[in-house]
Amino acid sequence: MSLAHRILPCLDTDGERVVKGVHFEGLRDAGDPVELAARYNSEGADELVVLDIAAARDNRPTFLATIRRVAEQLSIPLTAGGGIRSLDDARSVVRAGADKVTVNTAAVERPPLIAELSREFGAQAVVLAIDAKREDDGWQVRVRGGRAATKWKALDWARHGVERGAGEILLTSVDRDGTQSGFDLSLTAAISRSVQVPVIASGGAKLPQHFLDVFSKAAADAALAASIFHDQVQSIRALKLFLQSHGVTVRLPC
Amino acid sequence: MIATLIDYGAGNVTSVARALRRLGTEVQLTHDPRLISAASSLILPGVGHCAALLHSLDSRSLRQPLLHAIGRGVPFLGICLGLQALYQRSEEAPEIVGLGVLPGDVRRLPVEVKLPHMGWNQLHAVRPCRLLEGIPEEAYFYFAHSYAAPANGAESAATCTHGREFTAVLEHGGVFGVQFHPEKSGAPGARLLENFLRIAA
Repeated sequence: MSLAHRILPCLDTDGERVVKGVHFEGLRDAGDPVELAARYNSEGADELVVLDIAAARDNRPTFLATIRRVAEQLSIPLTAGGGIRSLDDARSVVRAGADKVTVNTAAVERPPLIAELSREFGAQAVVLAIDAKREDDGWQVRVRGGRAATKWKALDWARHGVERGAGEILLTSVDRDGTQSGFDLSLTAAISRSVQVPVIASGGAKLPQHFLDVFSKAAADAALAASIFHDQVQSIRALKLFLQSHGVTVRLPC
Repeated sequence: MIATLIDYGAGNVTSVARALRRLGTEVQLTHDPRLISAASSLILPGVGHCAALLHSLDSRSLRQPLLHAIGRGVPFLGICLGLQALYQRSEEAPEIVGLGVLPGDVRRLPVEVKLPHMGWNQLHAVRPCRLLEGIPEEAYFYFAHSYAAPANGAESAATCTHGREFTAVLEHGGVFGVQFHPEKSGAPGARLLENFLRIAA
């Protein structure tokens, strides 16, 4: 009896449709978020993440409507984010039906935002999304969809974000994202072992072995992937059966 | 029957209401003390900070109607913070007294494990409980919390362990509580809510 390792499908949206791209670029349509949400809910996804990767001000109402429609489908937790810059932005996402919100660029630009969200919704609802890129002897935090450099080293920013009230870290390897060459195990292990909160590994997943490695070798608490689930390359149930057969605790819905 | 859901501004009220409506129940969301006094069943959801919940109850004058209803035996279900609020005090907000329906204090989970205790975990049944009827022993439920009730109280019907053992399901007369989120716990969560509605009918 112990906490299960979580598998999280992620819907990257342009506000309305699910899109996909490599290295945060070259987007193409990958389906209807409501249909995908219903499918993942019944296939045994442990949570669903919905991100607005366009995050333009004028498509906010569309994105909020998408969250509402997705939330209607779910009996599992929903995390939403992309473009959350203020407490008000977060409130509207929570009111639309999200259980947790992710913050990324806005938190780097104004770290007190993390504490504001944590005070209002509780730490368990505040997911600090970190896009990390390998630099020399460590990893640097990138913002604006992975394009812009910051002064932060990923390890320092993760610790700092947790001190300010983040209850979970969604850690994306910018180098691995979209490559399907496996999670960045050294990055994930380094972050997971330096903070007390759960860490969701993201970027690079394709094979069941990639998930096994990130749980058994890199101390990830959860693992996130998008296109391999959308394209039905990998079923969530088959993935969980594989993990279970290798001694990883997973939830198989009864 | 109508399930009365106490709406004091908690983040998960909407999803609890949605989960109940899916079961075909009429849901009344309210923070009106009169409606709470007249309710035939009460559900107190909660997520976030314990102080926020207790302050909201007090600022809306809901503490007394709630305690009176519980005293009269009106079926009550506390979810997450709604369970924690039933105890004397919480280490998360030691300056505020809890509802004090149950003895003991809510304490932080140990720092040796990752906190919040976030994700899907299984229960250890202590004794038979009407809330868990028909739910397989190996079922997983979704947790998201850093504080928890003691495991050794007479009210404890099932426990869970993360760093230490704590009460995950409680039954004390007509008072029920769950530390996890049944509204986010798939089919077993839906069954648990259905069981509560049946008890309250």
